[in-house]
Amino acid sequence: MSKFMTWVDERFPLTSLWNSQWGKYVAPKNFNFWYYFGSLAALVLVLQILTGIWLTMNYKPDAQKAFESIEYIMRDVPWGWLIRYMHSTGASMFFVVVYLHMFRGLMYGSYRKPRELTWIFGCLIYLALMAEAFFGYLLPWGQMSYWGAQVIVNLFSTIPVIGDDLSVWIRGDYTISDVTLNRFFAFHVAALPLVLLALVGAHLMALHETGSNNPDGVEIKKQPKDPRTGLPLDGIYSHPYYTIKDIVGVVVFLAVFSVVVFFLPEMGGYFLESNNFIPANPLKTPEHIAPVWYFTPYYAMLRAVPSFAATQVWGVIVMAISVLIFFAMPWLDRGAVKSIRYRGRLYKSWLAAFVVSFLILGYLGTVPVTVWGQFADHFPFYGADKATVVARVLTVVYFLFFILMPWYTVRDKTKPQPDRVRWS
Amino acid sequence: MSTACVKGAGIMSPARRMMRGVASLLLALLAFTSCAAFAAEGDTNLLHSHVDRLDAESLQRGARYFVNYCLTCHSAEYMRYNRLTDLGLTEAEITGNLMFASDKIGQTMTVAMTPANGKAWFGNAPPDLSVEARIRGSDWLYSYLLSFYRDDKSPTGWNNLVFPNVAMPNVLWQLSGENKLVKTEYEDHEKAQAAAIAVKGLAAIEPLPKDHYAVLQVAPGEPGTMTRADYEQFVRDLVNYMDYMAEPARNTRIRLGIIVLLFLGLLFVFAYSLKREYWKDLH
Repeated sequence: MSKFMTWVDERFPLTSLWNSQWGKYVAPKNFNFWYYFGSLAALVLVLQILTGIWLTMNYKPDAQKAFESIEYIMRDVPWGWLIRYMHSTGASMFFVVVYLHMFRGLMYGSYRKPRELTWIFGCLIYLALMAEAFFGYLLPWGQMSYWGAQVIVNLFSTIPVIGDDLSVWIRGDYTISDVTLNRFFAFHVAALPLVLLALVGAHLMALHETGSNNPDGVEIKKQPKDPRTGLPLDGIYSHPYYTIKDIVGVVVFLAVFSVVVFFLPEMGGYFLESNNFIPANPLKTPEHIAPVWYFTPYYAMLRAVPSFAATQVWGVIVMAISVLIFFAMPWLDRGAVKSIRYRGRLYKSWLAAFVVSFLILGYLGTVPVTVWGQFADHFPFYGADKATVVARVLTVVYFLFFILMPWYTVRDKTKPQPDRVRWS
Repeated sequence: MSTACVKGAGIMSPARRMMRGVASLLLALLAFTSCAAFAAEGDTNLLHSHVDRLDAESLQRGARYFVNYCLTCHSAEYMRYNRLTDLGLTEAEITGNLMFASDKIGQTMTVAMTPANGKAWFGNAPPDLSVEARIRGSDWLYSYLLSFYRDDKSPTGWNNLVFPNVAMPNVLWQLSGENKLVKTEYEDHEKAQAAAIAVKGLAAIEPLPKDHYAVLQVAPGEPGTMTRADYEQFVRDLVNYMDYMAEPARNTRIRLGIIVLLFLGLLFVFAYSLKREYWKDLH
């Protein structure tokens, strides 16, 4: 074996690649619960690619046959139902683990210097993932697929001057049609998976260059080396320690994943919407169009922004900025410490307000704006939908979390960050 | 999971607290979504279908009712006849008793009526019913089939409490008999809602002018060939079958799921022990 490895290593840097990326990668020893979601996101990516390949073997990207081919997979293809449910559940679980992974970054300041590029690659992964999910959602060719795509593509038509031409260019037609389905299929199964894989590679290489952050925000690279091991005082080899630990996380995750796949594949209409079992009908608009849950916070913001100067482009701009603003995090945060453990009350309160806003906006995006009724028809709200007013307030809170960050992170009364991690 | 990596009470508390936070967050989300589901049902109280996915006899009866009563106008284009062996029927039984519209057992449940014909005759093409139970849910289907009533103003002479002005006539009226609509007026929504809940059965609330509301119920009129209880069982069997047909793999899925979870539980014991073994040297 070692002879073979020598032969390979003389021709390709296999051993050094493995060692630099994982085998001899030194990580802080105090990773907690929140540090499982990175490896879990990688697991879901692999699951999606594998189940996707097998779905592609029987799926037909044709407006006449797409819906039928999915039912064919669900009924006639051996284990087709399992592959399909794994893929549909995987799509939602991908966002679950990515949102938790991002929240970890916010809590422990993982985006701070020197990890800005790791964070930016991560934000690009998030954007690519949103595109991947959006294109994939058209493929079952149900009513929600069709009208959801219609709504999103129409967002581009609100852009002044070029909007209409742009949306026709995206669709390849004047409405969502067979042409659109074909190109979305191409994006979903070829273009975006390639982009995602490349970005994930860059994300991991950047991380392994700087080393991982940890719940205490301690930079282990700056620590003195342990004379016995030659490693930083709080550093351990990720292999085998985190390899073994992540396997425990994988097993627990797979159990949660299996509960959904085998017992709740529709997840009460949140993972598979009941309207999407009706074949797409271009002549019949559903009463209530809502995107899948992982887009609903942004959808709620889009709906909450009023039209102004005879255009609705403002909502689209707000929605775009609400996603893109994550890129600025490393430069918005000017706090003395990274981790929430040593931050003061200000950052903690703003982070809590941000999370609450995100969750409530997410809920509001799934329901019609009339869900909570209307205010009385006089000052101050003049009969406005209660849900819309709440969504507007929460949109403002969402943005204030970022906009005021340079101010409140400096003013915050932080505790001193320790030299060693709190463990052992 | 966090408990695995941190020992000593004082130090582990942030991780513990976080875990508790996550758990309560998940619980809150669950509570929230179930409220949302309740609100989305709107102003019609549906009946519970109480279908039993493991009751083979009910499913077999339901299949028979489906091919006899539904499969003349409605297709089930994704359902193959030979799949009915899932329900404990033999291929000979299926060919002999259930196949009126096709001659090969591998064929799907199609009908002779074209969508264009359907549109011309009923104003709306009868929808394919393969996955109808996944669109509507079994409670809705059960309530729908029990809530037809006589309405001389509608083109078919029938109307429906759950699906007002539906294009489908009450094709089962000889079995169910004729129901009639009972309308009680209330002066505000709150009272109407209280009354509708008090019905403890099928009831809908209809807005009237001047902010008044009516509670609508169906009441038995001319009896049919079946008693009310027999007809309810008939509909339950039919809906049970439609529920099966919408996802024939369901029973397999649930059975397999239990095995998978047991396996993962066992795997967890090994994975966790291995982790402890490796990590015990770290300090």
